[in-house]
Amino acid sequence: MHRRNFIQATAISIALATAGLSSLPAVAADTIKVGILHSLSGTMAISETALKETALMTIDEINKAGGVLGKKLEPVVVDPASNWPLFAEKARGLLSQDKVAVVFGCWTSVSRKSVNPVFKELNGLLFYPVQYEGEELEKNVFYTGAAPNQQAIPATEYLMSKDGGSAKRFVLLGTDYVYPRTTNKILRAFLKSKGVAETDIMEEYTPFGHSDYQTIIAKIKKFAAEGKKTAVISTINGDSNVPFYKELGNAGLKATDVPVVAFSVGEEELRGVDTKPLLGHLASWNYFMSLKNGENDKFIKMYKDWAVKQKLPNADKVVTNDPMEATYIGIHMWKQAVEKAKTTEVDKVIAAMGGQTFKAPSGFVAKMDEKNHHLHKPVFIGEVKADGQFNVVWKTKGPVKAAPWSPYIAGNDKKKDEPEMATK
Amino acid sequence: MRHIFVTILVALSFSAFAAVDARLINQLAAEDSDEIIVAIQKIVRSADPAAANILQSLADGNLNGPDGQPITVNNRVRREIDGGLAVLKLFDPSAVVRMKSVKEISTNVDASMAPMLRKALEQEAEPKVKALLSEVYALASLKDPDKAVRLAAVTALATSADPNNKSVLLEMTKPANESEVTVRMAAFQSYLQVKQRQTTAENVGRVFSGLSLASILLLAAMGLAITYGVMGVINMAHGELLMIGAYATFGVQSLFRAYFPAQIDWYVPVAIPVAFLVAAAVGVVLERTVIRWLYGRPLETLLATWGLSLILIQAARVIFGAQNVELANPVWMTGGVEIMPGIVLPLNRIFIIGFSLFVLTLVWVLMNKTRLGMFVRAVTQNRGMAGCVGVPTARIDTVAFALGAGIAGLGGVALSQIANVGPDMGQGYIVDSFMVVVLGGVGQLAGAVWAALGLGVATKFIEAGAGAVVAKILVLVFIIIFIQKRPQGLFALKGRFVES
Repeated sequence: MHRRNFIQATAISIALATAGLSSLPAVAADTIKVGILHSLSGTMAISETALKETALMTIDEINKAGGVLGKKLEPVVVDPASNWPLFAEKARGLLSQDKVAVVFGCWTSVSRKSVNPVFKELNGLLFYPVQYEGEELEKNVFYTGAAPNQQAIPATEYLMSKDGGSAKRFVLLGTDYVYPRTTNKILRAFLKSKGVAETDIMEEYTPFGHSDYQTIIAKIKKFAAEGKKTAVISTINGDSNVPFYKELGNAGLKATDVPVVAFSVGEEELRGVDTKPLLGHLASWNYFMSLKNGENDKFIKMYKDWAVKQKLPNADKVVTNDPMEATYIGIHMWKQAVEKAKTTEVDKVIAAMGGQTFKAPSGFVAKMDEKNHHLHKPVFIGEVKADGQFNVVWKTKGPVKAAPWSPYIAGNDKKKDEPEMATK
Repeated sequence: MRHIFVTILVALSFSAFAAVDARLINQLAAEDSDEIIVAIQKIVRSADPAAANILQSLADGNLNGPDGQPITVNNRVRREIDGGLAVLKLFDPSAVVRMKSVKEISTNVDASMAPMLRKALEQEAEPKVKALLSEVYALASLKDPDKAVRLAAVTALATSADPNNKSVLLEMTKPANESEVTVRMAAFQSYLQVKQRQTTAENVGRVFSGLSLASILLLAAMGLAITYGVMGVINMAHGELLMIGAYATFGVQSLFRAYFPAQIDWYVPVAIPVAFLVAAAVGVVLERTVIRWLYGRPLETLLATWGLSLILIQAARVIFGAQNVELANPVWMTGGVEIMPGIVLPLNRIFIIGFSLFVLTLVWVLMNKTRLGMFVRAVTQNRGMAGCVGVPTARIDTVAFALGAGIAGLGGVALSQIANVGPDMGQGYIVDSFMVVVLGGVGQLAGAVWAALGLGVATKFIEAGAGAVVAKILVLVFIIIFIQKRPQGLFALKGRFVES
């Protein structure tokens, strides 16, 4: 199966590449090329397609305002098709053939891990817009999504609080790859430090694209029936979420009995689901579309107009979500850093990124940490409403500094809070 | 006129809320959940006729706070509202409402409810509600100071099927929680009974999900059982025929949304013949243009159909876009039926099991009771001889392939109701389909049925113990070993193959 997928994807990509080469416009000297590396097909397309659109919209916005350093940005969009080795291949193509100044892309951690060596080798620059498991600090990557202490840990603390239902037992449910496994390792250590017993934690994984959640739901029900209040922490990624939530609704597992908090489900993923039976299930993010503030109104309007202009499917019903906001922040911060450095040269831009601030649609000023390549962001926890939006029930007072090396993993206390800058 | 109407409405709504203290209603808009909960409890205790209305509108997000904005509630408050509403509706004239409220109370019982529950129990006439109510009353009186009451309570819980009660009873067997040894003994007896019942329920649930998986495997594989099993065509594009069926369903749904939005719930029955015809038409085109020239050359067929599958995937991507399309379950297929506490059978899966039986019957009748079926079987068993006695073998090939493709289309309709519909959805089913056909024995419909059942139920039982990833591996390992021991599959076709 996988090999077939791979061969097929490679065949398609070769076909696309040849088609692309012949139709490539003459390289104009007065543009800056930026790469967009998001899956537009396969299991992750449900989440990543909107990020491509956001990136194109932001680039369009910047170009309309005069571009960067007096030059227009020229987006180069490629489709790595939810195929992890293909991510590395496409990244190499963007850096060495298209000579892009920066790449905005990736969603799953496995795709990021696949491109990291390429960015290191060719000294490229990647902006990664999705919440992730931490345990990584690359010189060539800026992480505009949340680290575990900006999403997973606060969400778990909320579940244990009175308002969250005082959960005592936890089901850690995820797709089988590096992000859920690492996050659950951190959460397990965190729960233990809070006095939760080993027998009160259940860990379950399903393959990518899994669509039959009957057994899992039955197991959760059984686990929850053993007394004590139970909560589910879901790190399911991609289109598996649609059958998972459908099954959850059909099985009548209500949020008031067993709340499910998800780290990779936002407004976009819930578009294909009837959310009425899901009332009250939770998500933890650094941004929700339902936040009320001027910046957010502007952001939502800009994206809605863009969807109509680009004739996106269901353009009247498009939504914005956290990784889209992170993409938006990332591109703007890169622009500011380039303007500060007065060049797109990677090392100088990296030096100029530290301390950049941007008034984000979350209503707070997001700040790039001076050292650790992560944003200071606020944390929100929302409950699903009947219309597929989220109702914020808990939030931090202000932005939180990211801790990529989670203190709940042994040995991390010795790691430095900044990337190794050793030159080759 | 309108003005008067509005005034009356306002007056009515005012009078509806008038009896409950306005300060309490304002307290519902408090920041702190604790305060809101206190207010809810006070409102419930007031036993005011308007109380249920207030709580319901608070739950629905229709109650406005002092600032004119609707009050938003979180899970904790919602649980309190549900509990409060259940208490208020415990004496409702309708038995259905009472049943619902007793069920709600059973999820959150505490000792203070015992007197109220006893009152309700005395008044209750409906046997079903009464049975559940006495169970809930037993739960509430577990902490009663009188040991006779406690003994009665733990004994009463023995008949309960609710899995939650198992852990409650287990707690009662511990000396720390229960001082009386007779009560502890009775609690343990009841615990064993509840546990027994729960194990039965679990196995019923597993068998059902196994059946559900089997029905999906069967629907995916039945078309292949004809094209590969009967005709010997290794059709790597079979998964894409499923995909075409699913997209045909999507097309029908879009038409309904655009032209008959009122009848949207009935798009699935309409999609069934449409998907069959569309997939069959694609099947005819594939057979006439490519596959017919490759009969008897399995390797070339494999490569050619694999190429076809790529073309079909790309075509779907161009026409419908690379992203999954959204298919909504009709209302009559959402939700589930609770056959016993803790075991909910989702309606969409029940529908698919029924649908696969329907398709199976259809195929069986076609193959065994019609002239066409006889011809197909004749061509399968001895092509040359069939041709000699006047069977139009070339035409039969086309029709049989179209039939296989059409049935794959029907499988697509079923898949669209439970899985994601996207251009490469078929890829996930091709391996499973071949597994079913090969395991069942090439050329046998019955073999495919038994193989699908066996694989489905076995997968679900392994999954329950070892998880989805390991289950997949174990099933594949089993098939490899099985095929080595018995290469002809479960059922071997006895006949003279001219080709072989």
